Amino acid sequence: MAKELIRLSHVSMAFDGEVVLDDMNIYFNDKEFLTLLGPSGCGKTTTLRIVGGFLTPTSGDVFFDGVRINDVPPSKRQVNTVFQRYALFPHLNVYENVAFGLRLQRPKISEKETAARVGEMLETVSLRGFEHRTVTSLSGGQQQRVAIARALVMRPKVLLLDEPLGALDMRLRKDMQQELKRIQQQMEITFIYVTHDQEEALAMSDTVVVMNAGKIQQIGSPEDIYNEPKNAFVADFIGESNIVDGIMRADEVVEIFGRKFRCVDKGFAPDEEVDVVIRPEDVDIVPPEKGLLIGTVTSVTFKGMHYDIIVDFYGFKWLIETTDFCPVGERIGIDIVPEGFHIMKKSIYSGMFGDYSSYSEEYDEISDAEYVEEAANDGEVPE
Amino acid sequence: MTGKKVRFGEKLLVVLLFVFLYAPILVLIVFSFNATKSRAVWTGFTFKWYGELFSDATLMSSLYTTLGVAVLSSLIATVAGTLAAMAFYNMKKRWRTPLLTISNIPVVNADIITGVSLSLLFVSVGKFLGHEYGFLGFGTLLLAHISFNIPYVVLSVMPKFRQLDNNLVDAAEDLGCTPAQAFTKVVLPQIMPGVVSGMLIAFTMSVDDFVISYFTAGTTTQTLSMYIYAMTRMRVSPKINAISTLLFTVVLALLIIINFRNNKNDGAAKPVTAKEIKQ
Repeated sequence: MAKELIRLSHVSMAFDGEVVLDDMNIYFNDKEFLTLLGPSGCGKTTTLRIVGGFLTPTSGDVFFDGVRINDVPPSKRQVNTVFQRYALFPHLNVYENVAFGLRLQRPKISEKETAARVGEMLETVSLRGFEHRTVTSLSGGQQQRVAIARALVMRPKVLLLDEPLGALDMRLRKDMQQELKRIQQQMEITFIYVTHDQEEALAMSDTVVVMNAGKIQQIGSPEDIYNEPKNAFVADFIGESNIVDGIMRADEVVEIFGRKFRCVDKGFAPDEEVDVVIRPEDVDIVPPEKGLLIGTVTSVTFKGMHYDIIVDFYGFKWLIETTDFCPVGERIGIDIVPEGFHIMKKSIYSGMFGDYSSYSEEYDEISDAEYVEEAANDGEVPE
Repeated sequence: MTGKKVRFGEKLLVVLLFVFLYAPILVLIVFSFNATKSRAVWTGFTFKWYGELFSDATLMSSLYTTLGVAVLSSLIATVAGTLAAMAFYNMKKRWRTPLLTISNIPVVNADIITGVSLSLLFVSVGKFLGHEYGFLGFGTLLLAHISFNIPYVVLSVMPKFRQLDNNLVDAAEDLGCTPAQAFTKVVLPQIMPGVVSGMLIAFTMSVDDFVISYFTAGTTTQTLSMYIYAMTRMRVSPKINAISTLLFTVVLALLIIINFRNNKNDGAAKPVTAKEIKQ
């Protein structure tokens, strides 16, 4: 059983009366890679800044190893942060940036030990030989590594990372994701990672916390979050989903579009109204006469590995991923195995997602648009 | 073909511009080395007038006053102006914009108005404190110079604060700095070019100033520019040319340093020169 390290208890945060975090309860375990995932404005960065000590919650308590640390300043916390856009000190070279925190420690750390620890850290982030370079002469990825080394050299128990890969290009991001995971395992400390990128979250994390509108929507392993989304928001935010209204007629029997299907969920009240999530890749295309449902293809997009097709079932449009080409206008049948149905209780998010009738470029670019918006917001903090 | 002509015309304009701007000063410099008192005929080269400057006790004392006021007022204004810029930076925008505008008004205000109003203020405060006469002096001169120098420092430091990454202070505190250490170890090095430029501008402005000094220095204290003015009223001496040449050279040198620093350091931020501000 992992040991609990940080706990937020009934933490709320409001800026000028606007609630950003709403009665949040969460704990972070020792040595785990935890990701706070959510769209911009969901409160994930605020949560991180509360743990880092840069914000004091409006109400509620923060505990570190069982001790309340609400009033402990950032400099006294065993937590270090990798900031968005790095926040390296431009007047110092790579070595001095990494040594910055060590030089402030009392009792003084000898120059020899400082050199050893800085060297070791630069080794870890593969930046040996860059000691005397100015930080402004480094590439984005290299600056990122300096920021990580600068935080880790303090030997924190927890490293906070605020969208650290946001400014890097796609390829570099993938490399850095693996790099971060490796560093986390090598250092054996807790990483709390903030991102809006669900792929990043699923690829790196031990635990994912999905947030929206200042509230935690679901906490779980990446597999749990993807396979068993708790509500329509999570289902929509993590990957692509078709979310339809259904009624649980009995255990393991769900009714959609007036037809009964076998599923694997149980424990709902008889005839309870539910949301049913069907992932686009869980749908098999079969000839119309063998299909459980029959629909008409209304759009086809070639995606390289597969086609994204939009199929109209009784006026409700589904997104289906398939390797079989189906021309627009063709009538097709679909088959779904019982494990393909994910049943969720109705929530405030019911009915907000799931229909791809407005399917267009917008569904492709949502994540990018969000990032730009968030970056713009963050730049304006003290205004 | 026509392009060449246009370019020639442009060059001519630039030459004319510089002639207009610098011909008077050039004449002044040339005649500061003239052997006789003539202001029209060149009679030979001499350093005589420069030599006489340094044996003139009144002049030397006014030089010390000028330098003393310039050094003290620029140092104090730099500290005050930097702190003010920091406060402006941390303000909400709704407050910052109007307050910055108010703080900049003295820069565009006519010197004579600043001078008269400061003089009035000092005299009335002096009266209130029981000094019937002789209250104006080095102290009030220094206060006046500090007051008109602060906006120049704010103008010079403010862009540096704007360039500052918001997360730098957080990062410094995250790594163990107290807020004071974060300022000295991280913020100050970032804004230093602006602070030094601001101090140089303030120093230049202080050396340069005549009108405000004239109204606030009283009868016993006089600056170099006031001394030059007094000389022109008594008798015409080529010493004026010599001292003016020296003053011009010092101010020019400072302006060149300020511009050079701004061009070297700034990149993104717009260089602010004393002359530019003065317009």
